[in-house]
Amino acid sequence: MHISLSCLSKPILHGYFRSSCSWRVRIAFALKGIEFDQVPVNLIKDGGQQLTDQYKQLNPMQQVPAVHIDGIILSQSLAVIQYLEETRPGPRLLPADPVKRAQVRMVSDIIASGIQPLQNLCVLQKIGAEKAQWAQHFIQRGFEALEPILKETAGKYCIGDEISMADICLVPQVYNADRFKVDVDQFPTIKRLNQTLMELDAFKVSHPSCQPDTPADMRA
Amino acid sequence: ITSSRPILHGYFRSSCSWRVRIAFALKGIEFDQVPVNLIKDGGQQLTDQYKQLNPMQQVPAVHIDGIILSQSLAVIQYLEETRPGPRLLPADPVKRAQVRMVSDIIASGIQPLQNLCVLQKIGAEKAQWAQHFIQRGFEALEPILKETAGKYCIGDEISMADICLVPQVYNADRFKVDVDQFPTIKRLNQTLMELDAFKVSHPSCQPDTPADMRA
Repeated sequence: MHISLSCLSKPILHGYFRSSCSWRVRIAFALKGIEFDQVPVNLIKDGGQQLTDQYKQLNPMQQVPAVHIDGIILSQSLAVIQYLEETRPGPRLLPADPVKRAQVRMVSDIIASGIQPLQNLCVLQKIGAEKAQWAQHFIQRGFEALEPILKETAGKYCIGDEISMADICLVPQVYNADRFKVDVDQFPTIKRLNQTLMELDAFKVSHPSCQPDTPADMRA
Repeated sequence: ITSSRPILHGYFRSSCSWRVRIAFALKGIEFDQVPVNLIKDGGQQLTDQYKQLNPMQQVPAVHIDGIILSQSLAVIQYLEETRPGPRLLPADPVKRAQVRMVSDIIASGIQPLQNLCVLQKIGAEKAQWAQHFIQRGFEALEPILKETAGKYCIGDEISMADICLVPQVYNADRFKVDVDQFPTIKRLNQTLMELDAFKVSHPSCQPDTPADMRA
């Protein structure tokens, strides 16, 4: 009988405490009750550890997160999250209803394609001196679109009353908004949802302020 | 009224709109198009009317089954989950994850960085900016596809990854990134462009294709 040892070992997340994309994966693991190991990739130190040849083997895009799970390496946080959804039992990270599933993906992609990549480290480094204003512009623009959409779709959570991948994407993006000084008070639905979600354990234990690689002066 | 045809609000040259056109074609779903000219009149996507459809003020937006959806991959996976085959995602969870990974490398990691609203903000150096991020993205995609590809991006079945790849190669050509550097990407694109679904949906033959760009 062949036992795949890779299925018995814990998943490994290569990430960074402050990377919103890494945080999404940490939340998903926490919601599913999956224990995992972390291998920190410091995006700043040594010119950026994501740029080493070694890390490039794991993820040719040279970004975090990358996840070692079930004997494979996966990158792109939403691909990882939906893989967890399709291979691990509940709670659900996407609803059963196809329309609601589409709305979850739409909101997730507004954040994961429409906002975050535009304020990603490699973009900001290329922008240079005006990076704060650049990041602010695109987060502001994205939240101005997201607010009316969420006003339509949200119940207790982003889509109705069940937690989903959309909530997983929202909270780290609000953290980024705060970081780049976008006033989230302008967006009452986003603000309310974020407050509700930050009460939950999965969002607390995965927070950037309490990860293995959180710098001492940023610890909660 | 669910018996009416879906309506795609898009632009002939928008790679994100093209993805949705390919998906409709693969699934054999007839649909109507309402062109949104991204350049004319300062950009028709910026009207209050279009903002009602899609607050992000981008294309595509799709009216289907009584709802409005935006974000091309959300639309495509909705079609997958509500319409019968052929499949746009494989059955195996690992392969599904690889399809999403490749799709997201393109739809999050490359295309948004050369999207119109970004290039407009970059200004004079936009061609070089777009080239840089497409080059960078294809340099990452090539070794990944080398691992995952069979006849198509992931093994031997067409998927959402292929739907994302072809329009991004079109963008690469448009911004003068030499795709010959990437043999797997080049081969896949050539294979896919032989298929009807990729031909009928091509920017050169849409209702809003300008006369001087028609095939």
